[in-house]
Amino acid sequence: MATAQTNPHYRYLLRLADNALVLGHRLTEWSSRAPTLEEDIALSNIALDLIGQARALYRRAIALGGDGDEDHLAYLRDAHEFLNVQLVERPNGDFAATMARQLCYSAFAVQLWGELARSNDSELAGIAAKAEKECVYHLRHSSEWVIRLGDGTRESRERMQRAIDDIWMFTGEMFEVDESDRAMIAAGISVDASKLLLAWNETINDVLAQATIKRPADGWMISGGRQGTHTEHLGHMLAQMQFLRRAYPGATW
Amino acid sequence: MAAAATSDAKRADVLARAHAVLESVTDPELPFLTITDMGILRDVRVAGDAVEVAITPTYSGCPAMDVIAIDITTALAKAGFDNVRIHRVLSPAWTTDWLSAPAREKLRANGIAPPERAQGKRALFAETEVACPTCGSNSTQRVSEFGSTACKAHYRCLACREPFQYFKCI
Repeated sequence: MATAQTNPHYRYLLRLADNALVLGHRLTEWSSRAPTLEEDIALSNIALDLIGQARALYRRAIALGGDGDEDHLAYLRDAHEFLNVQLVERPNGDFAATMARQLCYSAFAVQLWGELARSNDSELAGIAAKAEKECVYHLRHSSEWVIRLGDGTRESRERMQRAIDDIWMFTGEMFEVDESDRAMIAAGISVDASKLLLAWNETINDVLAQATIKRPADGWMISGGRQGTHTEHLGHMLAQMQFLRRAYPGATW
Repeated sequence: MAAAATSDAKRADVLARAHAVLESVTDPELPFLTITDMGILRDVRVAGDAVEVAITPTYSGCPAMDVIAIDITTALAKAGFDNVRIHRVLSPAWTTDWLSAPAREKLRANGIAPPERAQGKRALFAETEVACPTCGSNSTQRVSEFGSTACKAHYRCLACREPFQYFKCI
């Protein structure tokens, strides 16, 4: 049986899937309470894309010999078994914080999926080719908001700057490469995430400049999510996300 | 030899009938388009007494995919095909370029602006010129990149003032 501990391929797929699922779930928390109806629809659409990506990745992981099904992976793992970067579990905060988080992730995801579309894992390559197209839309959406809010009123600018400042130390983890990753890079299944930083910086610098937002200094970066260490926020999120499945095992609707 | 030829002919017949049935299956969100029009139906095969159907999602999270799979199974079952296997294929990734020319016309006739042809990677802030499906004017404005379904954006026409949907290009 493949597990995240014994199989680096499975572990890599879970890392990708958990990023998409956790961020997707966070965005669903805006459903019915986004600032405008159009935004409500937009954030729900983006969430749908991300959760769809997660489902495809979980299915691929299970096909490698993993246990259970996609629901098991989403609903019955505890926080320490999730391998997402801490960036995506950050609470929504205000709309600026959500857009800052979305911009940082989407700018990374577009690069990552673009590279993974050439993965030796042909299933993963197929998922990546589709995800890249979707994430281009997500990136444009969040970029436009960061620019509009940054280059907006005094209040919106202050909030956008604060959001970028607050999220910054969570961005470094996306570009980490550990022992497990190196095995996957060598096998041509994964890509060297550290090499995506250059293109990510280009996108982010361009958007922040247009938004008249000051780019924070690259200081100490948070780490650990990809090894299962999370902020307390993930536990709270999972409590809500997993409640039904845990309270009523095997429930269908 | 004769037996093999007969079985080949029979298989071709079964395949033709299965294809005919699948021609009637439509997209639940765009009921005037068939899954062939949409490019969602990728392959149909006959293996023994089973019909194998390959479909591809338009968007990763498109909820219509589950409904389409059920509709395919139901339509084939009604035509006497009891053993249907549906595979989801992700590669190559679906693109709006697979929408047939009649499909584009049907979209326009139903008030949805058809997608522009995909032109490789677009610049981050490149604006697409979208013609109003009602009056044909190019004087249109994007309201939101995300519309009522994953595959559509929300626009308005500045000439005839009608809001409309644009089938996004991916």
